[in-house]
Amino acid sequence: MQNILTYTLFSPLLGIAVLLFIGRAKQTLIKSVGIGASLLTFALSLLLYASFDAGTAAMQMTERAVWIAGLDISYIVGVDGLSVLLILLTAFLTPIALIASWSSITDRLKEYVSFMLLLEVGMLGVFMAGDLFLFYVFWEAMLIPMYFIIGIWGGKERIYAAVKFFLYTMAGSLLMLIAILWLGYYASTLPGGQFTTDLAKLSAVAPGIPLTLQSWMFAAFALSFAIKVPLFPLHTWLPDAHVQAPTAGSVILAGVLLKMGTYGLLRFCLPLFPQASFAFTPLMSVLAVVGIVYGALVAMVQTDVKKLVAYSSVSHLGFVVLGIFSMTEEGIQGAVLQMINHGLSTGALFLLVGMIYDRRHTREISQFGGLAKVMPVFSTMFLIVTLSSIGLPGLNGFVGEFLILLGSFNSMFLGTPVYAAVAATGVIFSAVYMLWMVQRVFFGAVTHDENRSLTDLTKREIGLLLPVLLFIVWIGVAPSAFLKPSAAATKQIVTQMHQAKTGTAVPAGTTAQ
Amino acid sequence: MIGYAPYIVLIPFLGFLLNGLLGRKFRSETAVGAVGTAAVAIPFLIAVGILVEMLGLPADQRSVTVPVFQWIAAGSFSVDAAYQVDQLSIVMTLIVTGVGSLIHLYSIGYMHGDPGFWRFFTYLNLFIFAMLNLVLADNYLLMFLGWEGVGLCSYLLIGFWYDRKFEKGTTGDAAKKAFIVNRIGDFGFLLAMFLIVGTFGSLKYETVLSQAGLFERGSDIITWITLLMFVGATGKSAQIPLYVWLPDAMAGPTPVSALIHAATMVTAGIYMVARSSVLFALAPATMEVVAVIGLATAFFAGTIGIVQNDIKKVLAYSTVSQLGYMFLACGVGAFTAGLFHVMTHAFFKALLFLGSGAVIHAMHEEQDIQKMGGLKKYMPGTYKTFVVGALAIAGFPLLSGFFSKDEILWKSFADGAPWMWFVAAAAAGVTAFYMFRLVTLTFEGKERFDHHHVHPHEAPKTMLYPLIVLAVLSVIGGFIGVPHVLGGAVGVHNYFEEFLAPVFAPANAALNLPYHDDTALELGLMAVSVAVGLAGIWFGRYVYLTKPSIAADAAARFGGLHRLLWNKYFVDEAYDAAVVEPVRKTSERFLWKVVDVRIIDDALNGTARIVEMTANILRRIQTGVVQSYAVVFIAGILFVLGYLIGR
Repeated sequence: MQNILTYTLFSPLLGIAVLLFIGRAKQTLIKSVGIGASLLTFALSLLLYASFDAGTAAMQMTERAVWIAGLDISYIVGVDGLSVLLILLTAFLTPIALIASWSSITDRLKEYVSFMLLLEVGMLGVFMAGDLFLFYVFWEAMLIPMYFIIGIWGGKERIYAAVKFFLYTMAGSLLMLIAILWLGYYASTLPGGQFTTDLAKLSAVAPGIPLTLQSWMFAAFALSFAIKVPLFPLHTWLPDAHVQAPTAGSVILAGVLLKMGTYGLLRFCLPLFPQASFAFTPLMSVLAVVGIVYGALVAMVQTDVKKLVAYSSVSHLGFVVLGIFSMTEEGIQGAVLQMINHGLSTGALFLLVGMIYDRRHTREISQFGGLAKVMPVFSTMFLIVTLSSIGLPGLNGFVGEFLILLGSFNSMFLGTPVYAAVAATGVIFSAVYMLWMVQRVFFGAVTHDENRSLTDLTKREIGLLLPVLLFIVWIGVAPSAFLKPSAAATKQIVTQMHQAKTGTAVPAGTTAQ
Repeated sequence: MIGYAPYIVLIPFLGFLLNGLLGRKFRSETAVGAVGTAAVAIPFLIAVGILVEMLGLPADQRSVTVPVFQWIAAGSFSVDAAYQVDQLSIVMTLIVTGVGSLIHLYSIGYMHGDPGFWRFFTYLNLFIFAMLNLVLADNYLLMFLGWEGVGLCSYLLIGFWYDRKFEKGTTGDAAKKAFIVNRIGDFGFLLAMFLIVGTFGSLKYETVLSQAGLFERGSDIITWITLLMFVGATGKSAQIPLYVWLPDAMAGPTPVSALIHAATMVTAGIYMVARSSVLFALAPATMEVVAVIGLATAFFAGTIGIVQNDIKKVLAYSTVSQLGYMFLACGVGAFTAGLFHVMTHAFFKALLFLGSGAVIHAMHEEQDIQKMGGLKKYMPGTYKTFVVGALAIAGFPLLSGFFSKDEILWKSFADGAPWMWFVAAAAAGVTAFYMFRLVTLTFEGKERFDHHHVHPHEAPKTMLYPLIVLAVLSVIGGFIGVPHVLGGAVGVHNYFEEFLAPVFAPANAALNLPYHDDTALELGLMAVSVAVGLAGIWFGRYVYLTKPSIAADAAARFGGLHRLLWNKYFVDEAYDAAVVEPVRKTSERFLWKVVDVRIIDDALNGTARIVEMTANILRRIQTGVVQSYAVVFIAGILFVLGYLIGR
């Protein structure tokens, strides 16, 4: 199929276009259109995946169109092994998020659905963009709908959270814009060069930038990405945003938005600025490891379930960053997989928290206790997702975590197993904070009378969770299908990093030690 | 038949799915129980078939790997879901499925009427599935899957009655504690695996163990690998310092204590050491640690058992202590003896736990032995089998425990050190004493329970039959491993040792222990340890049956010591004060409320305030008066012009 990427990318707009002609009173219709449009996008993404060739590291299905000719800024979209699964994840989670809002969002529904669809375009665009300027546009474009989703449909402190989210992200991305423009300018200073923001062209020249300048570039990009990840100590917008966001917002925020930061590090920082990446590796790894432990410890003492899950994200994403900076195939493939895993399990956790919130209008752990007796199906599902989140072998989380730790333990770029060893304590802490919460919420006797009459999950809710659970188990048992797509692209990056480090190619098939 | 090995693992999983998804709809305990039990019994039969086939093969062809599919592959790392059937794994499989089947059968009676009946069998089958992965895996990662899987099932089953109180908290507390303490051990296991991949490039046993010979004895890397593995083993197999979860694990239903927390799961650490025996053999420092920790645990846990009054607690500490013996054996290089004790212990400890379950059942959930007494009149079958189990663990001559424990004692003397033998023998005396204290207080003497409310009765048949089978095994099970010093004269071989010999041959070659041929010494030590055991038995009966005043006197005279033992050396309290509370408080009061809220967020809000203030000042420039804009505008032009001209 020609132009499959463009079709997939903009297909959510179709939903918005239809919505324009629907009266705001027709709520069911509005919801159906939104869900229908996002399902169409999902179907297109599957089609896209079907024609994806895992055998090559190159960008595939590339499309290009001139945008600003004089400056060589173009509309370039493509996919490779690093982005294809993230595109699928985005297209998979959006309909789930929309269905999850079925009964919880009634106010200004039309705008809500439109923003969700717009958000999807932004997210897909970020993962598809093959031009830095285009990337920046999508990166910023996605901020706006998210800002409104938190600010309009959020909780009590939604305005504070939305503004904090917006400012944090903006602060970082402005620096990134400057860096992008400077990169374009740098290309034009080279003999026979011309201003460009084409990623492919820049990849060829950027690694040659002198180290000091490269470090500034790296820092500008990395700051923007680190805020998004979020990397310690830039994470404090996250708990607020999550607690205030509506369920669907949290699902998308944790499921997809956070991945843009780690994706950016992998897609841009490493290949464009290899020398600076080496120089920054100790800092990034220390922050990642601190985040893993810190996030877990702070998650442990939270009293609000949603906040607990939010802090756990800081911990989990720390693993991903560590995996990326291990610059080994195991570590990076683990990181790519872990992005998907985190999207699934944390997405599911937010869905589950939303379901109990819809019933009890509180998320305070102390308000629960003994739910296992009252809501057995809910409890079972919650427990399965919890186990995925704490990396139980046989479920998805373990595969990613293990590969990341394995890669970083034996990475020559990190140079010491200490990072991985400290990070591995996260395995203990995650069990502590999750199981402690599970125990207080689900076990023991029912202590609050309000909880006695809670109804178990409805068919719609179960139907919402089952696809996620399917992937949680599937990836855990047979991860090959999810590791293969990223293999070639990862190998290319690792080879590139080796060349940059040593000036020679690494022989195929050797482990980095 | 060997090719059917994957079905051994698969069938319990099918049982888990069937009962898990449909168990509630069956509305029939018989159906659920039948599915659950069959899902373990069929694999047992397959395992027996494999054993028979294996015995027909020459010793060097008894190890077969059956691959199933590629599990994880990234970069140069790759690991399969594959099962290795060999002498070691088949022994473990037979123990797990054999004892497992009996305990499933028993549970049909024990769990009768429980609303979570189907859930119980679901978890039990999942446990068997995980445990079989653990022992049959052909690589460390799949072993780890089983390892964590059994930990999960242990968690689910300890907290099975999740709304019940247990000691100071709920069963959920005990479950969580078990999982987390085990995770601390797993952390070590994980690091060991990373080191193994870095060193050997693979996690497959065959690849790793066959390359072990390239390393010198005592090399740093092998020492690290084995030490970290042992950290994992101390978690799963409840050794010092990570044993604290096991006594609390008694919050679960008693069949769970028998199956998971006595017969099978807790021996996983010994299996891991035995499986990696050649690595351990190359790390003398680790071996020393293993032996000393095992020995210390054997003694230390035994002493706690002396004063406990909860029937299951006594058995739990006894399990910790017996596991210590198994590690002692491994630590002095007697892997076969360790494994042999795994087997005999599975028989008699499962028997004792199931017996205690029958008692608890009969006493309407009472577990305090001070409130029992005289039960042998009411439940003779349980009593007799329980005594058999107690005699076996006390090392009564010719019972299974006698052969396996004496083998360990002798090896600890011959290949370890005389002081090790001495401590181990003393611990054996302690064991005999507290076991017969338990037997006496429970089944003999005065009836101390309330006859109006409690009407003890014999266990139903589904519970009694497994007891009888296990009692028989506890009696005769030792004869497959008769030590040479006893069997040699009458032509009885140590079949167990001969069968396992090829597995441990590389380790033994690396250890190169001297051959001891001192029959007189061996027999002499054996006589001493038997005497110690018999003395313990006699003393236990004497103190608690003949002259009960002694116990009270001793508790009063040695009040401090008694309090220390009663409170289990205050280890839980110490861990709480030294680790749990500081971590929790630091996280809450410093990391969250200071670092996150005070430092990071205030800095951010401070920046926002500075921006706001600056903006307030700059805002005044924007007056909205067009004339003043024009002035600034012209001033600017003049400035630029001046600059260009003056340059």
